[in-house]
Amino acid sequence: MVMHYKPTSQETPSDSELKNSSHQALFFKAQSSDALLDETLQEALKKAKGGFIEKRSQAIADVESFDSYKQQAQLVKNHTLDHLAYYLTQFEENVVKNGGHVHWASTPEQLNNIILHICERRDAKFVTKGKSMISEEANLNEALEAAGIDVTETDLGEYIIQLAKEPPSHIIVPAIHKTRQQVEALFRETHDLGERDLDKISALVDEARLQLRQKFLDADVGITGANMLIADTGSAMLVTNEGNGDLTATLPKVHIVTASIEKVIPDLESASAILRVLARSATGQPITSYTSLFSGPRDIEDLDGPDEFHVILLDNQRSQMLGSPFEEMLKCIKCGACLNHCPVYSAVGGHAYGWVYPGPMGSVLTPLMTGLKQSSDLPNASTFCGRCEEVCPMGIPLPELLRQLRNREHEEHLTPWKTRFSLQSFMWTIQHPRLFHWLTKMTRLILSNSTLTHFFEKHLFTSWYNSKELPKNHSKGTFMEQYKQNSKQKKK
Amino acid sequence: MASVPNTLQSTTPKVALFVTCLVNQFRPNAAFAAISLLEHAGCDVIVPEAQTCCGQPGYNNGLRNAAKETAKSTIKLLEHYDYVVLPSGSCTGMLSKHYPTLLSDDKAWKKRADNLSNKTWELCQFLVECLDAELPPHSGLEGKTISYQDSCSCKRELKNTSAPRQLINQLCIGSNVVELNDTESCCGFGGTFSVKYPDISKRLVSEKSQDIRSTGADVLVSADLGCLMNIAGYTSRTATSPIEIRHIAEILANKRDVPSMATCSLAGSGVSGSDVSDNGASGSKKW
Repeated sequence: MVMHYKPTSQETPSDSELKNSSHQALFFKAQSSDALLDETLQEALKKAKGGFIEKRSQAIADVESFDSYKQQAQLVKNHTLDHLAYYLTQFEENVVKNGGHVHWASTPEQLNNIILHICERRDAKFVTKGKSMISEEANLNEALEAAGIDVTETDLGEYIIQLAKEPPSHIIVPAIHKTRQQVEALFRETHDLGERDLDKISALVDEARLQLRQKFLDADVGITGANMLIADTGSAMLVTNEGNGDLTATLPKVHIVTASIEKVIPDLESASAILRVLARSATGQPITSYTSLFSGPRDIEDLDGPDEFHVILLDNQRSQMLGSPFEEMLKCIKCGACLNHCPVYSAVGGHAYGWVYPGPMGSVLTPLMTGLKQSSDLPNASTFCGRCEEVCPMGIPLPELLRQLRNREHEEHLTPWKTRFSLQSFMWTIQHPRLFHWLTKMTRLILSNSTLTHFFEKHLFTSWYNSKELPKNHSKGTFMEQYKQNSKQKKK
Repeated sequence: MASVPNTLQSTTPKVALFVTCLVNQFRPNAAFAAISLLEHAGCDVIVPEAQTCCGQPGYNNGLRNAAKETAKSTIKLLEHYDYVVLPSGSCTGMLSKHYPTLLSDDKAWKKRADNLSNKTWELCQFLVECLDAELPPHSGLEGKTISYQDSCSCKRELKNTSAPRQLINQLCIGSNVVELNDTESCCGFGGTFSVKYPDISKRLVSEKSQDIRSTGADVLVSADLGCLMNIAGYTSRTATSPIEIRHIAEILANKRDVPSMATCSLAGSGVSGSDVSDNGASGSKKW
């Protein structure tokens, strides 16, 4: 058991760490506007949008009571979060019993260092990776490459974006922003295979499979993520549709699992409860093609499997969420349903959000993990339509969590002064009914004068007026003006 | 939401109408229509004059303390009526769902917020689910195709989707109701969202607008003025053929003597105001 990295303090990320991790989240507004103008991206997003929604809704209609599945899954997570330290310790004990190692990483940098240390000790030249959002949090590929290690993503989507040198734009479909034509161009540019027919998606998949085959065989170390960590068996559970996770985990001599602390659950029964909602919410499948359990290195009598098995548990601010108003966020099972159903995500795609996690869950996680100041646009990037909460299998009140972050922004003076001033004035005015009604009357008078209206359109309400006409009051006064007048006439 | 208290069943319920700041400023006709519907349903309608805004702009933008003060004054103003009715799903949600949350750390105020929540209703839901009112049908929209936009707050916060449809079907005799292809999606208003992220808002409302167009509806209604202002504002800028956009109360009460919320500034040569059948809607020339 390797224990030197067990978290000792809960320090907030340093400035340099913040710069690294959320370098783009600050610019959501500009990035989202660019994304709306990117025709190829829009084409890709449009194709993806309806599919997920329909498949999920069909998968849910196919079962008798999805609500009861949701309840059971939520019970598992609530119980585990209430006893997180207990189950993490139990998990660690059982991994060790199985002959594996557990490492505790407080920060993404620590996670990278642990992995680099293992690679160095094993003199690893080639690393294969299954999809892991935790490694995205840590920018692991960059760290491995900097150490001269050849790292290959083996999930098809991750492989594509690795070739394109881009971050994922969706938590379960990392290359969702790419069209088939873009992938074809990328493969022709990267794979030196001469003339060939790549018109069909199946041809692209075959080509990627052939390219990856040798990488699997050459790898010294395989790194995967985990969808769940089973405390009472000391196993890491991974769900995939491509089987790449299994090849990554079982062929190399060393298997490293990267997972965050809230992934732990008590037992296999609990895992079933979560599996029942996970794939249905994510891809609309009852279950994914592969559900694998990795429970330590090979036994003497085993024909294959790794010699070394490591699990690295990353905190990265999560223990700070425990017991805070944001604890609910730790129930997230990363199914992506909130992304697929979010009108904002569907319009701008994942890259606009600027960090690892996009959409509603990302707009909560990014500020909590990388600093609110560096991502202050994100909590505001929601119409509060409530669809994310409705489709979340874990019942996470995402709009309320975003609202809480907006409260923090206001308290910490992170909002622009103009916004603060207007909102404070408005809220003060509505506490003074007479003044309020006098002002509504004045507004009505101003808006009935075309010169003044024009001024308002050009100088005050430009962001609305750029694409929409200002609303008009077609009657003789505000409602209250008219109502009072009517009442007077009635009395007479 | 509460069922009808026993003591009220035999008497005329005193209903406070909370007009909402948007209706007060931009669409008084919706409030007059609401009063007419409520009076036809046998209510004694009172409009407390000291009402302002429910406080949502502050509540949704981090001004929690200011929103608490607004919640308290609104509760004080409205708690003595039998019912509080609003021509808006989102403001109803603010009073009935969010006031109790906002004031949850103060026992006495939480109780008063819960009490108000129990008698607060969105207009359509009140007429159908609380009163089961018999209202006079009318033929003002005969031959017209009507579509209804679910506001997200009506749909998700209040689970209020059947009442408005039922009322249109019952009251607007001879009209044909068509559903949008996508009844789940937000129109892109989102209160201050529409000014914070105008580009995204525009994209969302353009999709909504296309959907509305594809139904071939003559009339689009909704129970929330925010969505209507957003859709009408965009439609007025882009529409090449007219569509009548109104608050649902206006068509239910057949109060259509105020022009549509959307004008049609880009109307091509093929379509002019005079092409539109005018069933008592005086502003039709402007379409």
